[in-house]
Amino acid sequence: MKTIEEIKAAIEAAVPGAVVEIAPNPNPALPHSLRIAPECALAVAKFLRDDEELRLDYLSNVTGVDWPESLEAVYHLYSVEKKHGPVVIRMHTVNRRTQVELPSLTPIWRSAEFQEREIFDLYGIVFTGHPDLRRLLMWEGFKDHPMRRDYVAPDDFEYEPTAHDEVLKRAQARQAAMAGPAGSEAGQ
Amino acid sequence: MMGLISPKPSELKVEDSQVRESGPGAPSRMSVEDSQVSESRPGAPSLAERPEGWNRPPVMEPDGEGELLEVAMGPHHPSTHGVFRMDVALDGERVIRLKPVFGYLHRNHEKLAEGMSYLGSMPYTDRLDYICSLTNNWAYALAVEKLTGQEVPERAEYLRVILGELTRVQNHASSIGFLTQEMGATGTPLMYAFKAREKILDLFEGLTGSRMMCNYMRFGGCRVDASAAWLDAARKVVAGLPGFADEFERLLRTNEILMARTQGVGILRPELAVNAGVTGPMLRASGVNYDIRKVDGYGVYNRFKFRVPLGDHWDVYDRYMIRMLEMRESIKILEQALKEIQPGPVMSPTARIRGFRPKPGEAYGRIEAPKGELGFYLISNGGPNPYRYRVRPPSLINLTILEDMCLGQNVADVVLIFGSVDIVLGEVDR
Repeated sequence: MKTIEEIKAAIEAAVPGAVVEIAPNPNPALPHSLRIAPECALAVAKFLRDDEELRLDYLSNVTGVDWPESLEAVYHLYSVEKKHGPVVIRMHTVNRRTQVELPSLTPIWRSAEFQEREIFDLYGIVFTGHPDLRRLLMWEGFKDHPMRRDYVAPDDFEYEPTAHDEVLKRAQARQAAMAGPAGSEAGQ
Repeated sequence: MMGLISPKPSELKVEDSQVRESGPGAPSRMSVEDSQVSESRPGAPSLAERPEGWNRPPVMEPDGEGELLEVAMGPHHPSTHGVFRMDVALDGERVIRLKPVFGYLHRNHEKLAEGMSYLGSMPYTDRLDYICSLTNNWAYALAVEKLTGQEVPERAEYLRVILGELTRVQNHASSIGFLTQEMGATGTPLMYAFKAREKILDLFEGLTGSRMMCNYMRFGGCRVDASAAWLDAARKVVAGLPGFADEFERLLRTNEILMARTQGVGILRPELAVNAGVTGPMLRASGVNYDIRKVDGYGVYNRFKFRVPLGDHWDVYDRYMIRMLEMRESIKILEQALKEIQPGPVMSPTARIRGFRPKPGEAYGRIEAPKGELGFYLISNGGPNPYRYRVRPPSLINLTILEDMCLGQNVADVVLIFGSVDIVLGEVDR
C-alpha cells in the first residue's frame, strides 16, 4: 500500500484545491493520519473510495473526540477489495460551541450513518448533508451531549427509586423545595 | 423425525444433492474459498458510476388500498433479543418503512472507560457482547498492546486463539438456535445448541472462574495459565464438537420450514454490504471474502489452516449456513491449536498491566469477533486513563442495512432477517 505521504500527494494531484496535511501520531511507532479541511472532505472521500489504487471502499470506524479547542471526527478506512488499510482521516470543527458543523461522509460510506448520528448525539457535531441526523442513543428532547468532557449530569436524582445517602438528601431537599414549605412528603 | 445419530459424511452428501436445486457437478450453493484475492463481480458497475443515493434504502409506496399501520415492534418484543425497537410502517403485511430505535441499554461505556485506568475497563468489556466476553477482552488487549508496544508470549497467543474459537463456536450455535426459535421451533434446536454451549462454558469456568463474564486476558498475555488437565478437557470437548455440528446440521439443514422461510428472504447485495460496513458472517454470506483473521493475521492465526466460507445467494439461509460452516472451520483451528500449543509463560515478563501511563499516541486494534469486526480505538495523552476510548461495535453497524433488507418483505420475515444479523444489545447500545 502507498505510504501516507504518497496518499497525500495523490489526493492533492487528483482533487484540485484539496487542503490535506499529515497529522503526526504523537507516538512515532504508530501510523500517522491525514487531516482534511472540511470544505473539500466530500471530494477527498470520494477520491479515496473510487481511486483504482486505493479503493478504500470500507469505512470501519467513526470516532468523535473532544479536544480542548475543537471537536474532531476520526474515520478509519480499509479496503475490502485490496485487503489493505487502515488509512485514518480526520476533520475538526472550528470551535466547540458555536461552529460545530462538519460535512457528513454518509453519502460516500453508508456505514457512517449510525456512527455519525451517535457522534451528533454524544458530542454535538452537526453533520451537514446527513440524510437522517437524529439522536441515536439518548432520547429525543435530551438537551446536552454527554460524552463532552465538560458535561455535567443533571441533578434529577430524586427520581432514583432507591435513593440513599447523599442522593437521598438532595432528593429530599429538591422535593421539599418543589412541594413548598408545608406538607413535604419527601423521603418516604 | 430423523435419527439424531451423527450421519456419515456420505449421507450428508446425498441429502445435499436432493435439497439443492443444482444437479451433481454444478456449482454448489455455497462456495468455500481460501484465496486472499476477491474477484470483482463481472457486470457490476464500479462505485464511481453508480447514481447518487444508490446506497440509501429505496422509498416504498403503499399500494393505495387500505390504511398504513404503524407498529412499534419492541422494546419488549420477544424476537428483539433484548430491549430494541423497530418502528415499522405496514401496508397490509408488507413493510414499507422501518426505523430502528436504540439506546434502551445505553450506559455510556465509553465515558466510564475514560474515567478509569486501562485495566479497569477490562472487566467492563465483558458486558459489551456478553455472549462472547473473551473476544471482547482480546480486542481490547490487542488495542492496548498496540498502543504500548507490548509483545505477547506464544502460549498466550495460542490460548487466545483456543478461547476465541470456542467463543465463536458457541456464539454461532446459539445464534442459529435463536433464529430457529424465532421461526417457531420452540426450544428444540436451541437446546441442542445449548448442550454444546454448556460444555464450552464449563471450560471457560474451569479456566477463568466465570462462565460468561470471563475477564481473562491482560495486556501482554493472559491472567492465569491453563493446566494440562484443562487442556485435556478442552481436547475432549473439541473432539465432540464435529459430532455436534453434524447432528445440528442434519437436524436443520434440510428442514422444510427453515428452507421455505429463509431462502430468498432478506437479500443483502455485496456492494451495499461493503459500503455499509457490514462485517463478519453477514458480510461473508453476501459473498465478500473478508475475514480479519486472514487479512490482518493477528495473533498466530497465520499458522493455522482454515478456509473462509462464502455465500452466493446472500439471503438468510446463507447466513445460517455460513455460521454452520464457520463452526466447522473453527473446530479445525481448535484441533490444530490444541495440538501445537507448547509450554511456556502466558504473560510477558516485561508486561505492564496496571498503573502504567502509555506514551501519547493513538492506536486502533481490531479482531474478527463472532459478530463481525470488533475494534477499540484508544487515544492516550500520557495519563493513566485513556483520553478517548472508542468501541467499534459490529452489532450496531451491522444493523445499518436492516431497513434495506426488510423493505417489501412480510412483517413475519422481519423477525427472521433481524435474527440473522445476530446482535447483542449490550454491544449495540453500550
